[in-house]
Amino acid sequence: MSDTIRFVMDGEIRELRDVSPTLTVFNWLRESERRCGTKEGCAEGDCGACTVAIGERAGERVRYRAVNSCIQFVPTLDGKALVTVESLKHKGKLHPAQRAMVECHGSQCGFCTPGFVMSLFTLYHNAENPGREAIEDCLAGNLCRCTGYRPIIDAAQRMYELGRKDRFHARASETAQQLRAIARADSLALEWQGQKYFAPKSLDAFAALVVEHPDAVLLGGGTDVGLWVTKQHRRLATMIYTGDVATLHTLEIGSEFITIGGAVPYTDAAAALAADYPDFGEMLRRLGSVQVRNAGTLGGNIGNASPIGDTPPLLIALDATLKLRRGGETRELPIADFFLDYRKTALKPGEFIEAVRVPRAKPEVRFAAYKISKRFDQDISAVCGAFAATLAGGRVTRIRIGFGGMAATPKRAVHAETALLGRPWTDANIRAAMRALGGDFQPIADMRASAEYRLMVARNLLLKFFLETAGKQGATRVIKRDIAA
Amino acid sequence: MKRKSKQSDPESNLRSVRQAVPHDSAEKHVSGEAIYIDDIPEPRNLLHAYIGMSAHAHARVKKIDLSAVRAMPGVAAAMCAADLPTDHNDIGPGFAGDPVFADKIVEYHGQSVFAVAAETLELAYEAAAKAVIDYEPLPAILSIEEALKQKAQVLPTLTLTRGDATKAITKSPRKIAGKLGIGGQDHFYLEGQIAMAVPQEGGDLLVYSSTQHPTEIQHHVSHILGLHSHAVTVETRRMGGGFGGKETQGALFAVIAALLASKTGRPVKARADRDDDMIITGKRHDFIAEYEVGYDDTGRITGADFTLASRCGMSPDLSGPVNDRAMFHADNAYYLPHVRIVSHRCKTHTVSNTAFRGFGGPQGMMVIEYALDEIARELGLDPLEVRKRNLYGKRDRNVTPYTMKVEDNILPELIAELEQSSDYARRRAAIAASNATSPHLKKGLALTPVKFGISFTATHFNQAGALVHVYTDGSVHLNHGGTEMGQGLNTKVAQIVADEFGIDFDHVKITATTTGKVPNTSATAASSGTDLNGKASQVAARTIKQRLIKFAAAQFKVAPGKIVFADNQVQIGRKTLSFVELIQLAYKRRVQLSATGYFATPKVAYDPKTMRGRPFFYFAYGAAVSEVVIDTLTGEYKVERVDILHDVGKSINPAIDLGQIEGGFIQGMGWLTSEELHWDAKGRLMTHAPSTYKIPACSDLPRQFNARIVDWSRNREDVVYRSKAVGEPPLMLAISVFFAIKDAIAAVCDYQASPRLDAPATPERVLFAIEALRAKVGGDLDHALREAAE
Repeated sequence: MSDTIRFVMDGEIRELRDVSPTLTVFNWLRESERRCGTKEGCAEGDCGACTVAIGERAGERVRYRAVNSCIQFVPTLDGKALVTVESLKHKGKLHPAQRAMVECHGSQCGFCTPGFVMSLFTLYHNAENPGREAIEDCLAGNLCRCTGYRPIIDAAQRMYELGRKDRFHARASETAQQLRAIARADSLALEWQGQKYFAPKSLDAFAALVVEHPDAVLLGGGTDVGLWVTKQHRRLATMIYTGDVATLHTLEIGSEFITIGGAVPYTDAAAALAADYPDFGEMLRRLGSVQVRNAGTLGGNIGNASPIGDTPPLLIALDATLKLRRGGETRELPIADFFLDYRKTALKPGEFIEAVRVPRAKPEVRFAAYKISKRFDQDISAVCGAFAATLAGGRVTRIRIGFGGMAATPKRAVHAETALLGRPWTDANIRAAMRALGGDFQPIADMRASAEYRLMVARNLLLKFFLETAGKQGATRVIKRDIAA
Repeated sequence: MKRKSKQSDPESNLRSVRQAVPHDSAEKHVSGEAIYIDDIPEPRNLLHAYIGMSAHAHARVKKIDLSAVRAMPGVAAAMCAADLPTDHNDIGPGFAGDPVFADKIVEYHGQSVFAVAAETLELAYEAAAKAVIDYEPLPAILSIEEALKQKAQVLPTLTLTRGDATKAITKSPRKIAGKLGIGGQDHFYLEGQIAMAVPQEGGDLLVYSSTQHPTEIQHHVSHILGLHSHAVTVETRRMGGGFGGKETQGALFAVIAALLASKTGRPVKARADRDDDMIITGKRHDFIAEYEVGYDDTGRITGADFTLASRCGMSPDLSGPVNDRAMFHADNAYYLPHVRIVSHRCKTHTVSNTAFRGFGGPQGMMVIEYALDEIARELGLDPLEVRKRNLYGKRDRNVTPYTMKVEDNILPELIAELEQSSDYARRRAAIAASNATSPHLKKGLALTPVKFGISFTATHFNQAGALVHVYTDGSVHLNHGGTEMGQGLNTKVAQIVADEFGIDFDHVKITATTTGKVPNTSATAASSGTDLNGKASQVAARTIKQRLIKFAAAQFKVAPGKIVFADNQVQIGRKTLSFVELIQLAYKRRVQLSATGYFATPKVAYDPKTMRGRPFFYFAYGAAVSEVVIDTLTGEYKVERVDILHDVGKSINPAIDLGQIEGGFIQGMGWLTSEELHWDAKGRLMTHAPSTYKIPACSDLPRQFNARIVDWSRNREDVVYRSKAVGEPPLMLAISVFFAIKDAIAAVCDYQASPRLDAPATPERVLFAIEALRAKVGGDLDHALREAAE
């Protein structure tokens, strides 16, 4: 076990010890390093002004991903490379992403600009000729209040004309070597003023730690846990990090199931799920920005049991099961049975989500999912609805409906399902099921939507599913995107 | 004579002006090197302030006990109203009502009650939680409706009338009446409110403040601390966005930092995080408007009666001029022969609302645009046709309700050009055809114009100063009273000064705005930054230039008219000197190379008592066409295409102006669509972070977005280089998005009835409007189903 965090920054291997495990990368950069280019706009991962790039080794190359440094804890940098806006300019020369932003008049007040530059930097490294949608998606997590975005989109295209290779390409193998050098055989364990942080590498070690520390916070991407620290000023006593456990990162596409490890980030899960269920891909795209998807995990989205988590309604509709582990014992649980009450789950002390199993798509099963929010990208659902129906001879032989935002937990709409099961797939029966939804849900009113709207739109989503599956005429979606994996 | 003056085209010597020069900080922005206040290297013994906020919307404060706060290790000072050094405790601009620390009574949830300074921000936060405050809750007024019922107002109701609106409406062949809710808006500047106060010798203070109004901060700090203005210097290098939100709202943070710095003798930084910033600071006023309008069979308005009630919050702040401007823009671009505009300035126990880009103008315009849309739907006409029929005339029908004559109207030509370039007529027909065959998705289209008055309505604010130094190496250092918040003010002013001296743009440097260099400045607001400071800087540069000409004429025995500054050189008769050579020569001959400049806007004269006169020097114009598609099952929508044609006179910097046009439009679109403020039943703001308050994101940019600057416009008034102000007017182009949504909703019932829609048009409001319309015309969801089944 080691108590030293090691990562690569600007070609140097940095070693940190004696830091709080909840010190954010953002605060470390600004306060200890005085690298003040990275800005705080919200301290909750919603504005992107604090975006930095995290590099991980992929063979002899380095894969860069954008994350929000304001909610990323420093120990999670261990074994990785960190790139900040200060890293880009070299010998007085701007990086193509920076130069393009200047040429296209992409900055006005300049406060959000470093974050945009870092998102563009990762786009530069991950995409060849991105189209408008890919650019918008890359920038969905960066808010700008001045420009209206047009010049920034222009810059995202322009930067490729200013040189296809940068210094990071040139130094890739050197950086990969450094990452190899700091890759650890042991595991990281920190203790600082009573705060403990464990980053085990094996599933057994992880499971043992969770049993040993049943009250520990399981830290995945930190896209929620980070806010407990920055917003709620909570002091987290013990954290066990899922990010270094290789087994929890496995993603297996079998003939019957897609099995996704609990620590697989949304970004990686999206590719696998979108191939079978395009709407699942789109839901994961809209669930959060690139920065959030790169860090946040499917297991975390389920485990924190928020009533407005976006994947549970879909997983409920698809009859996904969870593989739960406690020490050496595992059990399978249908996901619908996992959510007991507001933020209460079926997890026993010392138990965790090892994997999620999603049945593969079948031709006879029609699946659709919809997210209703005030803004399309990077917003929290007012209502999230998912529907899976098996139709045979015009009759419903099986139906599952999952909703988020309608109750204290993500929940099945059993009344509506009952109104449809075994009945013909017709307007009249859909109308009955829409009415039955009133028996399933008595939603609340809050800043996202009124109770009336929630119920009205939930009913209409069922209607929309019907219209889309019954071969009715007319387009039904205002945004229709290519769900590229 | 005429031909000769044409040959010596004054434009021919321009090298910087008219060019798309990048923002002077662009390279610093993209490299993270631009310094905002939180990036200034922190002084060694810096303390961090945290503001203790009211837990009630309205309550008597019976006791404040900060002893546990002060006892916390790491706390250097804690202060509440009782601890103030003078008996001054108010930072209201003009009108009182904004205490630094609430005294005896709190009037909004989140109001500043006390402040702590500690070694770290985390310690200050923890310490603040130890305060013991005994509140006696009082009934709170939380809505405009309730304020109207209780006649609670921060300022008296004002009425502006011309002719007899009631009689005109009664006599009209047709009339409409209705009510419209218009939401507020948070500024959501990316850099939150911040100030750092650093004690100087003899009790003086240097205050770094993220403010649009350094002079006002200087006045507040000196007033509260009992110092002379000369003892307080306020410096603002740049803001990470302002939008009006830092016109008065920065004062609280600057004054608290100054108070704690003065008390402890140590530097103090006061920085609000996003949530506290949104809870503590004021926003755009939400309005409830009632309209009654008479019109003839062609859709022309004969009389209009508007009642505007706004949520001012707990104090006047800038609500007086904001509501005045709403009244001045309730005509937008249209002639109202008989009119009455009543403005209620309602008091609520919510945060005091403040300046926000447009400053009441957007809300005023929404009302008349709504009425015109309703008239068109009553008559079965394209709303654009009705709008055009009501535009101000050029020779007649050209006097505003406040008696100012509209002399520079270019809207008829501008709208005609936009109709053409946006292919309006063809798309109108295509949308009708598409809607007829699309049962679930409906499209809508709207073209709306903007006419926006330029000048501070408080006439005395229309002045500015500048200070220009030419150093002996020929470089120019420039200061003016304006502040840089991203709008590119410094870039434009440097372009003007560079061309005045005939030198390259990068030979001119504008440094931080400071009250020590240019005194008694106005806020950088009302879109007036370049008009005022550009002129003042030009005057300063010209003073030096005239001295140089006088000197060179005498030195080289050349007529002053034969001396020309251009391309870093000075042509003196047949002799050519580099600019630097002339400067060095002039220095040695003891010519003063530094000057101040001053400018006061001519012509504006307005009597606030009668609400008559000429409040504006000129008008800026524009128009936009928006096309949207709505989902009639969910109320979701997407803005598919926007075409903008906007008037900036003759542009000083087309790239910066286009940036203001596009950015203003998207910000206005956010105001009318996704940005919704929500207070709970206790008066607590529930939308205080980007997770709950949704400004437009990248993908909300219309898929087709064609924004253009009118290329034939020229300011008929003598504004610097015949340009026009551009900061605020484009925001109101987004009104076209709202009416395109309304148009799409109307398609649900085949335009047989007009939908009721309040702003912001969230998916929820859109769906409710659709459902209400379906109920009204006797159809409902079954209608859609039947259509679908066909």
